[in-house]
Amino acid sequence: MNDLSNNPASLYEKRKAVYPKAVDGFYRRLKWSIMAAALLIYYVTPWLRWHRGQYAPDQAVLVDLAHRRFYFGPLEIWPHEFYYVAGLLIMAGVGLFLVTSAVGRAWCGYACPQTVWTDLFQHLERFIDGDRNAQARLAKAPWTLGKIARRGTKYALFLLVSVATGGAWIFYFADAPTLAHEFVNGQAAPVAYATVALLTATTFVFGGFMREQVCIYMCPWPRIQTAMMDEKTLIVTYKDWRGEPRGRGRRTATLADLGGQPERLGDCIDCNQCVAVCPTGIDIREGPQIGCITCALCIDACDSVMGKIGKPRGLIDYATLEDCAAESAGAPPKPLWKTVLRPRTLAYFSLWSGVGVAMLFALGDRQRLSISALHGRNPAYVQLSDGHVRNNFTLKLRNMELRPRLFEVRMDGLDGGAMWTADGSRDRAGAAFRTNVPADSLAKLPIFVTAPAGGEADEPFTFTVRAIGQDERDMTDAKFDRPAQ
Amino acid sequence: MADDKKRIDHPTGTETVGHEWDGIEELNTPLPRWWLWTFYITIAWGLAYTIFYPAWPMIRSATAGTLGWSSQGQLEGELKAAEAQRAPVLRAIAATPAEHLTGNPQLFQAAVEGGRAAFRVNCVQCHGSGATGSKGYPNLNDDDWLWGGDMGAIHHTLVDGVRNPDHEATRMSLMPAFGRDGILQPDQIQSLVAYVRTISHQRKPDAMALQGRDLFAANCAACHGPDGKGNRQFGAPNLTDGIWLYGGDEATLTETITNSRAGVMPRWGEKLDPVTVKMLAAYVYSLGGGEAKKVQTASR
Repeated sequence: MNDLSNNPASLYEKRKAVYPKAVDGFYRRLKWSIMAAALLIYYVTPWLRWHRGQYAPDQAVLVDLAHRRFYFGPLEIWPHEFYYVAGLLIMAGVGLFLVTSAVGRAWCGYACPQTVWTDLFQHLERFIDGDRNAQARLAKAPWTLGKIARRGTKYALFLLVSVATGGAWIFYFADAPTLAHEFVNGQAAPVAYATVALLTATTFVFGGFMREQVCIYMCPWPRIQTAMMDEKTLIVTYKDWRGEPRGRGRRTATLADLGGQPERLGDCIDCNQCVAVCPTGIDIREGPQIGCITCALCIDACDSVMGKIGKPRGLIDYATLEDCAAESAGAPPKPLWKTVLRPRTLAYFSLWSGVGVAMLFALGDRQRLSISALHGRNPAYVQLSDGHVRNNFTLKLRNMELRPRLFEVRMDGLDGGAMWTADGSRDRAGAAFRTNVPADSLAKLPIFVTAPAGGEADEPFTFTVRAIGQDERDMTDAKFDRPAQ
Repeated sequence: MADDKKRIDHPTGTETVGHEWDGIEELNTPLPRWWLWTFYITIAWGLAYTIFYPAWPMIRSATAGTLGWSSQGQLEGELKAAEAQRAPVLRAIAATPAEHLTGNPQLFQAAVEGGRAAFRVNCVQCHGSGATGSKGYPNLNDDDWLWGGDMGAIHHTLVDGVRNPDHEATRMSLMPAFGRDGILQPDQIQSLVAYVRTISHQRKPDAMALQGRDLFAANCAACHGPDGKGNRQFGAPNLTDGIWLYGGDEATLTETITNSRAGVMPRWGEKLDPVTVKMLAAYVYSLGGGEAKKVQTASR
């Protein structure tokens, strides 16, 4: 008890500075190409054009919040079709399960924006300050003019990248060329500047300073992923059965190193290169851990060292825990396809593709028109001089195609019923009327419906809308109110 | 605090403040520093607020604040902005004669919406929130009009009102109180009621109704027309349809013929601005009974 009170355990851990060393190799090149692709997609997408005719914007990907439309190439999503976006999110979620159970934290290691931008910032840092050792030296160095200049340049570069990052985001929400012009001329909406400022700040802080702390402390995904990984999941593994015991700086150990025991040394020469290149500052040789984002840069570092000292590559490698156990017992590892294709991943894949196929079907089958009828309630009915009863409705007709269309609305099931639009007159009342609905819009149409006074107090009937020249149609139920007999 | 020495609570390593009740001691766990500072900042913020904004109560009113802000001023500004926004539409409505408003659907729709708001304020007291009226107050939704249902007629009725005694242009007509003034005897009124109920298909023709027909021709046809279909020139209701302003049953009709009826409506032209009256006309027109053009009724 006393021990505890004298020296209470601190819940705060100070950030250890991480100066990852530059490295080259297969995985580094893979990361470069994925980074290039990710940045290219992010920056270029809003500038792609897609011709949709005169009634819709020509931006290929556009989230038009002001007009409540979402454009994605040939698709246009209305607010009531937002469940497609929900479907996409479900697919993204299941997709992450799939990727995680097959190849572990590949998302974290290669494609996550936090990883991509941290990688970019660390590369910029090396460009200005030099590699690992130079960075560490500079951090400890006194604040000379040279250091101030370097720090200034570095943070200016960081800020530039951050502004570009935050700046690109807003182009997904408005016509990119127009907005770019307005933005630099100070004519854009305040929310555009606020968004850019916010995203600039988060990019600057997350990419420039917090980096691996975001992955280790802030992000929930590593915790979820650890629950989804099993002994058959590919992870970056140090093969301790091959590497241990380590011999510092030597290829072979003397007996003295081993306390006189005639044992062979492991392949690990304790050169610490795997730690030096790690962007999250961990030691992979301690085993799988939450800080490992499986970027595989330690594999590149270790492989090049193994090559230099003439040992087989793969001391640190992508491997499953099962494989490791098998290999250490002398059995050959399973082929990669067996690791990736197993019941669990196939189950995730079928779930994922099932959602995808269902969404494709729904998309292919979706209606581009709709009707709904709102009964006027004050008054519910009006008695007319000729003994008929009149009800008021507001019809809402959606034309979701990108061209004006002529719709025919017809009513069925109301005995002796007739209707006319508010701009028409009762002389021309009938069981159907035609109306033009502008492109990509919702038309609110007040209409009047009459029927003889005798009949059910709450007579059900239907409105049907049909696009002239197409066989698209939609129907809605309605009720005709009249005084009880 | 009797003893100067700070006591340490052993399990937690926290100082005690020195208070003790029945062996229970209070630990000294101060607020976190950032919390304390947040507290001080809110105090400073509060004080600054009272300088910039109206706050301290004085004898007559509160201090005005250096920013000169007031909720009244803000409301006025917002109202002014809303007015400025609406001005072009209101000007366009003002420039369009009521009869021609329906020709411009967009402008008409704007007028209907404006009229809807004005109706809620000025008209619902008599005509009801759904414009359905009640006994003596016409239902504005139906297709039965006393003085006419085209835009021009509705507008005229609104501007000049109904039965304003000292206004020349007002909608004016007076039905004689046939019973009270001794023009008809009670039994004659009974046959007249029977006849009226016959032409409105509430009663089968009989001898009594037949008697009433002659009385009708002599006393009523001048205004209500020879066949009882009414005449909008005098605001004489159509007596053959299913819609009654006061009621079509025997007792009510007897009362109507005996004592007459004379409903009134204010001259909205002198109470409201011309644009509002025009918008009210558009709203009433839009309720469903609006007539496209003047219909000849006198001789029908």
